Amino acid sequence: MGLVLDQVEIRHGNTVIVAVDQKIAPGEVLTVMGPSGAGKSTLLNYVIGRLSNDFSASGAVVLDGIDITRLSTEQRRIGILFQDDLLFPHMSVAQNLSFGLRPEGGRADRSKKIESALAEIGLVGFGDRDPTTLSGGQKVRVAMMRMLLSEPRALLLDEPFSKLDMALRDQMRALVFGMARQRSLPVLMVSHDMADAVAAGGQILNLRG
Amino acid sequence: MFKKLMLATAMVLPGNVFADPNPADWDAVLSEAQGQTVYWNAWGGSTTTNDFIAWIGEQAATQGVTLEHVKLTDTADAVTRVLSEKQAGQDADGAIDMIWINGANFAAMKDAGLLFGPFAEQLPNWAYVDKEGKTVQTDFTVPVEGYESPWAMAQVVFMHDTADLPERLGSMQELLDWSVAHPGRFTYPQPPDFLGTTFLKQALVDIIADTSVLQAPATDENYDAVTAPLWDYLDQLTPTLWRQGKVYPATGPAQLQLIADNEVDLAISFSPGEATAAIANEQLPDTVRTFVLEKGTIGNASFVAIPYNSGSKAGAMVVANILLSPQAQVRAQDPNILGYGTVLDMAKLSASDRAAFDALELGIATLSPAELGSVQAEPHPSWMTRIAADWASRYGVAQ
Amino acid sequence: MSLIPNFRLFPTITIGLLIVPVLAGLVWTALPAFGHLPAAGFNGPNLQIFTDLLGWSGFWPSVKLTITTGVLATLLSTLIAMLILSAGAQSGGFQALRRFLSPLLSVPHAAAAFGLAFLIGPSGWIVRLFSPWATGWDRPPDVAIIQDPLGLAMVLGLVIKETPFLFLMGLAALGQTDADRSMAVARALGYGETSGWFKVVFPQVYRQIRLPILAVLAYSLSVVDVALILGPNTPPTLSVLILRWAGDPALDGRLMAAAAAMVQFLIVVLAIGFWRLVEVVGGLLLSRSFAAGRRQPRGRWVSDIGLSVGAILTALVLFGLLILGVWSVAGFWGFPNILPDQTSLKTWARLGPAIVETFADTAVLAAITVGLALVLVVGCLQAEVGQNRRPGAGAMVFLYLPLLVPQTAFLLGLQTMMIQLGFHSGLLPVIIAHLVFVVPYVFVSLSDPFRAWDPRLGVIGAALGHGPVAVLLRLRLPMLLRPILTAAAVGFAVSVGQYLPTLLIGGGRIATLTTEAVALSGGGDRKAIAVWALMQTLAALLPFLAAIVVPAWVWRHRKGV
Repeated sequence: MGLVLDQVEIRHGNTVIVAVDQKIAPGEVLTVMGPSGAGKSTLLNYVIGRLSNDFSASGAVVLDGIDITRLSTEQRRIGILFQDDLLFPHMSVAQNLSFGLRPEGGRADRSKKIESALAEIGLVGFGDRDPTTLSGGQKVRVAMMRMLLSEPRALLLDEPFSKLDMALRDQMRALVFGMARQRSLPVLMVSHDMADAVAAGGQILNLRG
Repeated sequence: MFKKLMLATAMVLPGNVFADPNPADWDAVLSEAQGQTVYWNAWGGSTTTNDFIAWIGEQAATQGVTLEHVKLTDTADAVTRVLSEKQAGQDADGAIDMIWINGANFAAMKDAGLLFGPFAEQLPNWAYVDKEGKTVQTDFTVPVEGYESPWAMAQVVFMHDTADLPERLGSMQELLDWSVAHPGRFTYPQPPDFLGTTFLKQALVDIIADTSVLQAPATDENYDAVTAPLWDYLDQLTPTLWRQGKVYPATGPAQLQLIADNEVDLAISFSPGEATAAIANEQLPDTVRTFVLEKGTIGNASFVAIPYNSGSKAGAMVVANILLSPQAQVRAQDPNILGYGTVLDMAKLSASDRAAFDALELGIATLSPAELGSVQAEPHPSWMTRIAADWASRYGVAQ
Repeated sequence: MSLIPNFRLFPTITIGLLIVPVLAGLVWTALPAFGHLPAAGFNGPNLQIFTDLLGWSGFWPSVKLTITTGVLATLLSTLIAMLILSAGAQSGGFQALRRFLSPLLSVPHAAAAFGLAFLIGPSGWIVRLFSPWATGWDRPPDVAIIQDPLGLAMVLGLVIKETPFLFLMGLAALGQTDADRSMAVARALGYGETSGWFKVVFPQVYRQIRLPILAVLAYSLSVVDVALILGPNTPPTLSVLILRWAGDPALDGRLMAAAAAMVQFLIVVLAIGFWRLVEVVGGLLLSRSFAAGRRQPRGRWVSDIGLSVGAILTALVLFGLLILGVWSVAGFWGFPNILPDQTSLKTWARLGPAIVETFADTAVLAAITVGLALVLVVGCLQAEVGQNRRPGAGAMVFLYLPLLVPQTAFLLGLQTMMIQLGFHSGLLPVIIAHLVFVVPYVFVSLSDPFRAWDPRLGVIGAALGHGPVAVLLRLRLPMLLRPILTAAAVGFAVSVGQYLPTLLIGGGRIATLTTEAVALSGGGDRKAIAVWALMQTLAALLPFLAAIVVPAWVWRHRKGV
């Protein structure tokens, strides 16, 4: 169970950029660190299924026992959070959440789920709001909730806290890692910040450039 | 919608399923014409003419025919289109159903077998036509033989702005003298525009002594000798023209704007009523009048012809018949509308129709039929073709 | 998964749509040029036609005129556009011009040419403004300003439309270069603003706008409607001759037209080759000037000249439109009155029904064409996304092909071929003919914004479980509403302004605002011309207005879009 990177090797031409052989148990966080250009983003792209044609890869990605190496991104059931909240600006907060919500249930059912989701992140009544009217912290919470509503089986985090101010970071770290633990999701996080790794409390993988 | 369905069906079925309508059986023609759309390709450079054609369309609608006026800058475009279609083997339902045509264009189409007919003399309203007094059975000396139906008579007149040129000029020589004395105040449309070539023909006819030689085709032997006086004349005239003969107006109506702008004082026209119509339309100042030359001026008829591959031949014949009706002819002659001459014989009309013609006010700038004087016949088309080409190389590339 | 191969079809279909008509048309025009026209009884091959053509007295003057006007118009437009760009975004004049130049693009060529003619002609408004009190003229001077033998009025008519086009293409190219930082470096090194711009920024920009410049060159060498309105007639440019011969009742005129079209094609090919040579020479000169290192710190005035000229061009178009407006409500208007003797709405009333119908026809034709073009272009761009690959330089040449081959050279042949294929004259063949010209412009207009969309949004959309089609339709396209509508407006303006394709391929049965307006250009009814030209302009402008208003309204509650 959990997320397994089985003898993954990513090559650019003949040079091996990334070589990883790791298991991430449910609820645990693997923090990947390293200098710029070391291949952290490349690894994330590979796991999410968006590796550029410039690279070639060997090995396998297995999630909860299922080999997802050949699946397209939308089939992998992996959620991702970037540095920017990337809320869809043409949708309201509720519509953003609804876009993430798994496509089941009638309208009333989905409405209820979105309401309780908003309550869970402390944003009751924010459904019809324009995303630009939210504060930085509120946006990250909505982005995270949007991701969780799609019921992913693993989480990828690409330096998700680096654009927040210091005070907010601790709060967000606690929220994200807490939710991951609660839902037993393996987390692969890429970060520059040692404080993120410490808060994550899991293994640290250093990629040398 | 229904018409488009008909058209689509006609496209799908092989061309010979619908046989050509027989003009002698007018009832059959009328019923076949129901619901047809006739694309009449006619010169669209004159807004008064366009309005008249739109009125014809209203009359056609009452007989179940939809008339679409396809505005051409040059009749030869339509000839080319039919030719392209014949080359491509499109013998059924071509793009053109009727063409306003005469002269060299008619000769070219008739010779190449591109026309449907004969039909003109079987139209009901042909009974009113003045076959004897007007040149409707030969077109620029080419026998019509029913392959086109007449609808208007044209005669050359000269329009002059009496505010600057009060006298009437009686001959081409007087015109030349006046232009030399007042340079830059006369011009004519650039050949091969039909009015431009008409000016050249008119000059030739007025200058030479024996015009009968023009009724026969031009030959390599006599062409140079006959046209020499014309080139002498033009050599003297051209430097005194508007823009020193380096720029010419593209069409007849373009000259109207020049007169209105006070750029020229004299212009040639093929319609005795055009000046009056233009004044009524606020295109010319009301000081403009017309005159003809002492020896007379050239006249010819305008016709409509039907291409061999038209898909609405019955509808086209109905429109041609409407054009010959006394109502349409009176309207065309009304100087406030169009000012064209009629092809009908007054003696063959009913009393009330004749009265309608008599009641027409000719207008301030239109000469009466008596004042219009004698009509000179059009030369054979071969003269015009050669003269136009010659003009292009002598004056058309002036730099 | 199963939908991805579908997107790969789009580039193939689109390129096919662009290339096949052009090549087929060229072949079908070449056949009569060498004497093969079976329906008229000619069976080739026969080189006599070319001999006749080259021997005709007006041929070489016409070729000379075509080349000089075409090349001069292109050189001037490029120079002025680059000078304006070099003035830099900081300049107030630049910002003002930029605001005006974009809507100017949508004024159709014919309307701009008519406006210019009514403005600067000997009996035009500018002369009237100064007559007779300043000039002493009570009749217009007998000077050929319009239709002058050198074709300068025609060059001006081309420049007023092409400069905004090249300016905007240059602006887009600037956005992809590091202009600001390069300029900062240059100025720190002591180079003047203009000198620095041309040495440092221009080479980067030029790479991107080379194809648009070549398209302008090809257009200027083969334009018909502007030549008819403003160009000389003794002799006219090759395009006008080609049209005239194609309509000659003596049917062998058709062969001359085809031969002349082949000559025009050759001229464009040679001109493009010559331009390549100019590029090389220009590159050498530029390298020399790099080596010399002259700073020209006070060269700013050169850019200012560009700004002034740009302002004059803009004024010419705007005042031209204004004069068209006055003519449209004029009664009799004699010289040298500054305003009409009488005003009336008679012309509008008389032409009203015809205008409404033609407006609708033009709009429907444009709407269908643009709709199809958008589908094709979005499909192609989405195929890029799927394959993670950009089209190479070769593909861009295919895209520009219909703009580089002169219209006369392939439309004549295309007309014959379409009849042969049984495409009855009607809306569909004209739509295809318009598509050939609309697709390149829509592609160029939409490609940058489409590609600039943050791809991470797409990754998130997919990670949330949505396939590529859902991501395209529910995320990318809604967020790109404004660029899509702008691209649509560009395509609409291109379709509205087409003259030859509608005329030749439509068999005369499809009347648009442009065909009607140009048909009147030979006649003298300035009032009618003004009305049609204004309507033509309105039809092209309205979509741009929509492109501003509609997104603002649709996303009125969403500030982030």
